Amino acid sequence: MSMPYYVSPEQVQADKAEFARKGIARGKSIVALEFVGGALLMAENTTDLTKIGEIYDRVAFAGVGKFSEFDQMRKLGVRFADTTGYAYSREDVRARGLANAYSQAIGESFTREMKPLEIEVLLVEVGDDRYEGHNRNSIYRVKFDGFLSDHKGFCVIGGNVDDVQQVLEGGYQAGMPAGEAAGLARRALEAGSDGGSNLGVDDLEVCLLDRERSGRKFVRLSADQVQGILDGRAEVEPDPS
Amino acid sequence: MQFRTEYSGSSFMELLQVECPQLLPNLQGDLTQLSKSLPHGTTVLAFKFVDGVFVAGDRLATAGMQVASRDIQKVFRTDSHSMMAISGAAGPCIEMARILSVELEHYEKIEGEPLNIEGKANKLSQMIRQNLPAAMQGLAVIPLFAGFDRRRKSGRLWKFDVTGGRYEETEFDSTGSGGLFARESLKQNWHSGQSRSESIVSCVRALTAAADEDRATGGVDLRRGIFPIVMCASESGIDEVSESEIESAYHEILNTRSGAGSAGSSEGGTKP
Repeated sequence: MSMPYYVSPEQVQADKAEFARKGIARGKSIVALEFVGGALLMAENTTDLTKIGEIYDRVAFAGVGKFSEFDQMRKLGVRFADTTGYAYSREDVRARGLANAYSQAIGESFTREMKPLEIEVLLVEVGDDRYEGHNRNSIYRVKFDGFLSDHKGFCVIGGNVDDVQQVLEGGYQAGMPAGEAAGLARRALEAGSDGGSNLGVDDLEVCLLDRERSGRKFVRLSADQVQGILDGRAEVEPDPS
Repeated sequence: MQFRTEYSGSSFMELLQVECPQLLPNLQGDLTQLSKSLPHGTTVLAFKFVDGVFVAGDRLATAGMQVASRDIQKVFRTDSHSMMAISGAAGPCIEMARILSVELEHYEKIEGEPLNIEGKANKLSQMIRQNLPAAMQGLAVIPLFAGFDRRRKSGRLWKFDVTGGRYEETEFDSTGSGGLFARESLKQNWHSGQSRSESIVSCVRALTAAADEDRATGGVDLRRGIFPIVMCASESGIDEVSESEIESAYHEILNTRSGAGSAGSSEGGTKP
């Protein structure tokens, strides 16, 4: 029987982080940014496997990395939010509580498991003017090791964060209309895409948290609707409820 | 609740059963005496119209021989295209409507697409079946479920019995203590091509007829400003009819009955 080698804890953490980073870097980026009518999430995604999803009335989720892992996280978020909302009230489901829960779950998995989760997630919450103290939007990012941060205005997760971030930093202004915000998000994703290619509406997955909508504010946009917004036409479909 | 769950399916009710059973209604023990003193909701109705389906309910809840509430809500929107109207023990009924609406939303979010309308009706029938022990002791939940079927492009409606039996109706139905009278009124006036405004009059007429014959049904209360809740589901979603529209439909019926001003009425003077 061979003796097990001693590996320092620092080395273990560094190796795990390196492994997770590599996994995430292989994927494409996702952008979330605030605009005048709420928040917009845009991903480069040509598949039917969605990376952006609805968690609750005002909260949306986006994940990058290994699909099975972040989709599992999305479902855990939906279960947690629906149970909280049922046990208390719909207004009691907030992104900050969810982000904390994500941070703990992902961080715990990083420390305890041999293989860390190769994912990063974003939680975006849109404000609601009807409740005092609820009117601000918030964006939270949880990294593969559970590191939690909050962001004003915009945030990028995924493979080529730096190039995407640079475009957003150059172009972002508070209170942009939907069309400008969508155009900026697309330019940012193009900068991060392989070889700076042009992204058509069919290459994009776009979802909105529409501040004006009552109840569930999450909207997934069709390719036509995305084109409409990019052209500065009708903002979003009217509220069906 | 733990963030990481053992349960990995797409049903909210099953999630609660596995992870948080304490949050689910659990009516045990001898409830027979108790049930007489608890609020019960009465007359609700549903029928198809040209663009989809209407659901309406009066506002009265009774506990035994007394009024428990004059403005209880018995018609609920369960998702963007479906509605549920309740009759029976108000507490368990309202809770069931609440769980059903979370259930439908939960499924849609987990799976990425909504349940088919038949799937929704089926889910409700399972929930009613689980309530059977309480129903045996007087806490029955007997709802109507209706919605717009986006696949068939038409309205659909179902009634249920306490064992969870699920029966689709092709025209109209009504349940609750005044249900017989409301159904009788609909039977005389309903036709398949009813417009929205005709349908509002039908709802109010049927509920007024039920309130006239059944002491536990509320009808329109002009003095207190309490009106039935009327909703319809069509391709564009759920539309809650405003109180002013209901009030003018009620006045139209009164005018027809007294024989005055019947010129403007499309109802031809048929009495409820």
